[in-house]
Amino acid sequence: MSQQDQKDHQGQQQPEPLPVHTTTIQKVRIMMKEELETTNRPDNTAFTQQRLPAWQPMLSAGIVIPGFVLIGLAFIGIGVALFITSQNITVLEKDYTGVETTSDCYKCSNPSDKNCTCKLEFSLSTLFEGPVFFYYGLSNYFQSQRSYGASKDEYQLSGDLDYFKTPISACSPYQYDANQNPIVPCGSLANSMFNDTFKLYQIVNGTKKLVPFDGKGIAWWTDYNIKYRNPSVTPLKNAFNGTVKPSFWSKPAYELDTSDPSNNGFVNQDFLVWMRRAALPDFRKLYRRITEGDYARGLPAGNYSLEIAYNYPVLSFGGRKKVVFSNVSWMGGKNQFLGIAYLVVGSLCVVMSMVMLIVYAKFKFPEDD
Amino acid sequence: MGSLLSRLGLECGRKAVKEEERHLRANDRELNLSYKYSDNAIKTSKYNIFTFLPLNLFEQFQRLANAYFLFLLCLQSIPEVSSLPWYTTVVPLVLVLSMTMAKDGSDDMNRHRCDKQVNNRQVEVLVEGELQSEKWMDVQVGDIVKLENNQFVTADLLLLSSSEPLNLVYIETAELDGETNLKVKQALTVTGKLEDSVEKLANFNGEVRCEPPNNRLDKFTGTLTLKGETYSLDNERILLRGCTLRNTQWCFGLVIFGGPDTKLMQNCGRTTFKRTSIDRLMNVLVLSIFGFLMIMCLILAIGNGIWEYQEGSKFAAFLPKGVNAPFSAFLTFWSYVIILNTVVPISLYVSVEIIRLGNSFYINWDRKMYYPKNDTPAEARTTTLNEELGQIKYIFSDKTGTLTQNVMTFNKCSINGKAYGELLDFSGQRVEINEKTEKVDFSWNNLADPKFCFHDNSLVEVVREGNPEVQAFFRLLSLCHTVMPEEKKEGELYYQAQSPDEGALVTAARNFGFVFRSRTPESITVVEMGELVTYELLAVLDFNNVRKRMSVIVRSPEGKLTLYCKGADTIIFERLNPSCSNLTEVTTLHLNEFAGEGLRTLALAYKDIDPEYMEDWKLRHHVANTAMDEREEKLDALYEEIEKGLLLLGSTAVEDKLQDGVPQTIEQLSKADIKIWVLTGDKQETAENIGYSCNMLREEMNEVFIVSANTSEEVRKELQRKMTPDGTEEPTVKKSRSGLFCLQKTETVADEPVNGEYAMVINGHSLAFALEKDMEIELLRTACMCQTVICCRVTPLQKAQVVELVKKYKQAVTLAIGDGANDVSMIKAAHIGVGISGQEGMQAVLSSDYSFAQFRYLQRLLLVHGRWSYLRMCKFLRYFFYKNFTFTFVHFWYGFFCGFSAQTVFDEWFITLFNLVYTALPVLSLSLFDQDVNDWWSFQYPQLYTPGQLNQYFSKRAFVYTVLHSGYSSLVLFFIPWAAMYDTVRDDGKEIVDYQSFALLAQTCLLIAVSIQLGLDTHYWTAMNQFFLWGSLSVYFAVIFTMYSNGMFLTLTSSFPFIGTARNSLNQPNVWLTMLLTSVLCVLPVVAYRFLRILLWPTINDKVRGRGYKVRQDKVLPPTPRRVQARRTSTRRSGYAFSHAQGYGDLVTSGKFLRRTPKSRPALFSQTDSPLAQTHIVGYSHNTCLIFLYSFCCCDCCF
Repeated sequence: MSQQDQKDHQGQQQPEPLPVHTTTIQKVRIMMKEELETTNRPDNTAFTQQRLPAWQPMLSAGIVIPGFVLIGLAFIGIGVALFITSQNITVLEKDYTGVETTSDCYKCSNPSDKNCTCKLEFSLSTLFEGPVFFYYGLSNYFQSQRSYGASKDEYQLSGDLDYFKTPISACSPYQYDANQNPIVPCGSLANSMFNDTFKLYQIVNGTKKLVPFDGKGIAWWTDYNIKYRNPSVTPLKNAFNGTVKPSFWSKPAYELDTSDPSNNGFVNQDFLVWMRRAALPDFRKLYRRITEGDYARGLPAGNYSLEIAYNYPVLSFGGRKKVVFSNVSWMGGKNQFLGIAYLVVGSLCVVMSMVMLIVYAKFKFPEDD
Repeated sequence: MGSLLSRLGLECGRKAVKEEERHLRANDRELNLSYKYSDNAIKTSKYNIFTFLPLNLFEQFQRLANAYFLFLLCLQSIPEVSSLPWYTTVVPLVLVLSMTMAKDGSDDMNRHRCDKQVNNRQVEVLVEGELQSEKWMDVQVGDIVKLENNQFVTADLLLLSSSEPLNLVYIETAELDGETNLKVKQALTVTGKLEDSVEKLANFNGEVRCEPPNNRLDKFTGTLTLKGETYSLDNERILLRGCTLRNTQWCFGLVIFGGPDTKLMQNCGRTTFKRTSIDRLMNVLVLSIFGFLMIMCLILAIGNGIWEYQEGSKFAAFLPKGVNAPFSAFLTFWSYVIILNTVVPISLYVSVEIIRLGNSFYINWDRKMYYPKNDTPAEARTTTLNEELGQIKYIFSDKTGTLTQNVMTFNKCSINGKAYGELLDFSGQRVEINEKTEKVDFSWNNLADPKFCFHDNSLVEVVREGNPEVQAFFRLLSLCHTVMPEEKKEGELYYQAQSPDEGALVTAARNFGFVFRSRTPESITVVEMGELVTYELLAVLDFNNVRKRMSVIVRSPEGKLTLYCKGADTIIFERLNPSCSNLTEVTTLHLNEFAGEGLRTLALAYKDIDPEYMEDWKLRHHVANTAMDEREEKLDALYEEIEKGLLLLGSTAVEDKLQDGVPQTIEQLSKADIKIWVLTGDKQETAENIGYSCNMLREEMNEVFIVSANTSEEVRKELQRKMTPDGTEEPTVKKSRSGLFCLQKTETVADEPVNGEYAMVINGHSLAFALEKDMEIELLRTACMCQTVICCRVTPLQKAQVVELVKKYKQAVTLAIGDGANDVSMIKAAHIGVGISGQEGMQAVLSSDYSFAQFRYLQRLLLVHGRWSYLRMCKFLRYFFYKNFTFTFVHFWYGFFCGFSAQTVFDEWFITLFNLVYTALPVLSLSLFDQDVNDWWSFQYPQLYTPGQLNQYFSKRAFVYTVLHSGYSSLVLFFIPWAAMYDTVRDDGKEIVDYQSFALLAQTCLLIAVSIQLGLDTHYWTAMNQFFLWGSLSVYFAVIFTMYSNGMFLTLTSSFPFIGTARNSLNQPNVWLTMLLTSVLCVLPVVAYRFLRILLWPTINDKVRGRGYKVRQDKVLPPTPRRVQARRTSTRRSGYAFSHAQGYGDLVTSGKFLRRTPKSRPALFSQTDSPLAQTHIVGYSHNTCLIFLYSFCCCDCCF
């Protein structure tokens, strides 16, 4: 685009557009003569006279057509890189809702059946390269619903004991239980915390070998360190005196991980992951990382068995549960879309530049009126 | 509203009971008070201290937008519905309300101050036989007040007596209409006898019955009953509030109308609040947007109902509150009303006002519209109409003082076959006369007027040599006129001329040694070349429109009787002695030349009269003058008889000086497809003359229609001209509906093609017929087919009617420009009123929307400021709607992914700050600085103006395109992030598709996309634009990092729940790649479309911009604008051009001619019902109508 300082053109050099009755010299003289009495004369600044120097770009062929070609090529390049990267990511996805009668989990799909466990078996033909991330996924699950998302108490969750006694009203109806005891943590979001648990075994020569899970580094640093805090009361249990656990929970918050105080209460990482509510109705959440021992390099080829403690009911609302094993790249998880979109847009740009070139050749900018 | 206000007594001059007839008796307060007429106090203020807050708030909430936001606020206070925190609405609403309130408050304070000042003026009132000084507001109807020289007239008065002979008073209307000449009023003789005797006045008990208060300025009917005799009263006896007494030591008047009943206040009426067409369009759009909003909300609410029924009820275990589906849908509807309110944010209205204000300041600041001679800058007095300046289709212009300077100069003359006044150089070439040209030295004549300029020395030489013809020429000029001299100090002469032309002629004679010194009814004293000569004045044969000439018969000291006559050349030539034929031919040549230059010409002739014949004639004249019937006709015949066999002396040429640059401006404006109609109170000939000198009428025109008929049928016939061979008989009228709810019926007269150039001149009398209901469309159709329309001899009311007519049937934007009180009505009626300021009259300026000192600034106002303002406003609106629709539609799409639960996609803080902070300044800088082409090109190509007239930049169509565009953008901005983030994770395997990260991504994409779009729309990148655009983006990032920081969360936990989102999400490459993709997808199609459009269908703008671009690249200066040829080289000339109506020649000579009886009026002054006489009154009232806004101190006192 043309980069041109406009000042000289707009200001001094241009002839006065208004018709001049007298000669210019004379006019200047008159103006000079009357300079003294001109108290109302506006200031002569570029701003007041609307002559600010400016850059006036034009959509000229010299800019637009090469621009489209360049953008197109760049996009195709990025697209190829993204696509290849995404292709190299391995994802293993297994539905365990138990809708099909063939599924082992079918027996658990009856909501009245408590403490049901089922198994999911799969085999890997090649090494599943690590580090492997283990997700649970829910679909048709509306964590994005407005009142659901608002139904929590930030103050309570940051360890403010006042809000233990009187949770905010947004938590209602999970604010108080039937006996008017405050619920901690209150609200639907916390109440509906995902409570299936998983154990992964590799079948090595017919014996089950437990794959170690790392459940520590799965939540955001800011959530773990700043946003959620336990009240500074030891033992933690005492802080919860006079409160009740959320009705869906099997154990109170201070017993989420009794083995590790830094993973207990509100800073329990499973809890944190759940509380970071999803934007879309189909989502997956990180459950564990597989980074330790023999599995630091990934899951070796072989047969695996996943033991599921099936607690969380989803069939009532037509939801699905699944487990996902995945590794990641520099661009995150597997997502073909971005790569393909870049390729398509890039090609369209190149095509468009051709079209514009042809049109330009045919209808050149008219020279004169 | 109106009813409420009137109940509170805020309307000026409306009464509960309609007055049928006003009856009052002088000096009888008791009786007069019993009628409960309003006293002389006026009130223009709207509020007092107690009513201010409630009334003002009430008024403000009548604005649709404010009421809407109040409603939103109420919605937000319901917790079940509230989807956004309350501060998102309260902050902007309070800001807007308080700003408006402050402005209204200060306006009303000014009005209070003004009222107080005017009401407290002092005047002497006759109370119980004594003169007492009282405040204006205490003056009652029926009081007798005494006015002294240079005082304002207190109320509408019946003139009783004055200090001057013949009970005359002189009043000045200069402050009203800029006319410097004095008007004369005369009291009845019977009241004149009261003189200044307090005793007589105190005993005066005349009863007045007259019309009820009304706003007709030029008419008054009533009777005065005194001692059983009844005298009729007319406008001639009435002094209207608002004028100033001049040259009159004192006068007494009887108060007839006071305060709000005065004609002045009756005329001020309620100023209608002017709105621009964009305003109106915006109202319609906002309403349809509301409709659209409701539809969106309804869809989402139904979606919610279905969702609740299908999913939510089963999902109930996890959801906080179980409500049934229909109720949930109902609540959701209102929640979405809150969320989607950004389609019409309150900041739209604030920004629009700021942009208009800014563009108004540019007008005030423009040095090219500053007139150094009287130190007057242009002023935008109304700051809300700017963009309409870019859409003007019709201009209605006054003539006197607007196109012309209202200065007459004696420029040239032809005496005895020799022309004077032209300046030739050595080679015989004509020299352009300008301010530098050497002037003739008049120092030999110590009575000369120093301001008089003349450049041809030869005339002085011949007059000093004693050439008899030349001397006779100037003698005639010094004798044959009705000018009143005034000599305050010895040798300092002032002439009070009724028309400036006459003043110019007498002044010319004065400078050439024939100084008119003084007059009595019987004599005229002239200093002829230093010698005092007194002529006996025998008769004045006064001007009127049919005679088109004026004569005097004088007896010189030597006893020679001579008739001097001046008048229209055609008339004079008919009455010349055959011996003058050679001279006539030469003079005709000169006259043609003069007329070709647009000068007003008069021919001068004289005749010696035989004393015996004169005796006889005088006798017959006396008989005719006292005849009871057909007096006019008899007098005319007598005049005709004596004005015969004249000897030609020569001719004069007076220049009605056009303002600088008027023809060029008119040409520029007509190139911009703006039609200019001249509406003037002047005579037809004068108006035509100016039409030619302004290049509005041209020789090469096919025809100039002159419509001057006296009956309705004739007018209709004259109007029905065919200008196209296949034109239809009947005008085509399209009927349509528009406005809010399509309640307004509009009828539009379509433009019709014309073959050739036509012009129309119509006089006020015909116009009165043509403006009747059944003929107005006919008039408009014919007028619109003509290139030029000149209406002459029109009254102020007719001016307004013409404007209203065009407004009504053309749906076009109109502008009226004028300088005097007679233009006020049309200035108020037109969409935009422009006043010429810097002259004495302030009247037009006070009621105008824009004012400047010279007509030629109009082209800059329209072609530069108007065009830019329109462009900027349209760009702003298009962009603003684009931005906010895109913003809102993203919410709509998200509805499908959040169970239609009115969950916002963006952070609440982003929603609050998006319009207020992140995008406010870049948009403002776009709409304050943008120029598609600079002012120079705007002048070079006036065609650039036409898109505004056609509403091309912002119309319903453009709006629909904008909505479609934002629909596309919102799809890109929601679904690209959605697809790109679907089921993905961070590069460390953690969450990234959580609500907060997604919100951040979506809002950042949106902000970047709309910022780039803004950049694309900007044609003129000043440093300011760059600064604001980049600044806003950086502010956005700074704000999100701050608001999502640990510190903010720890201080205000519940308000900033987005802690850490920015850190966690903006370090991910796929987030940035998504932003890049959305931006490119939003912008590139627009670039491609615009590029192809410029190639395939270039507009004039594109072409000019392309040229400008090329020129800049080639470093070649654009061609200089050619000088417009202003001179007319035609042979056509107006027969008679003189701004003179019937004068006060009768008054001058009345002492001799008239036997005044109490009941009948002077003969020459008699007012018959003949249309002829009516015409005079119309012409005269043009000058005298007073629409004086009682105060000059404040601008909008009259509401």
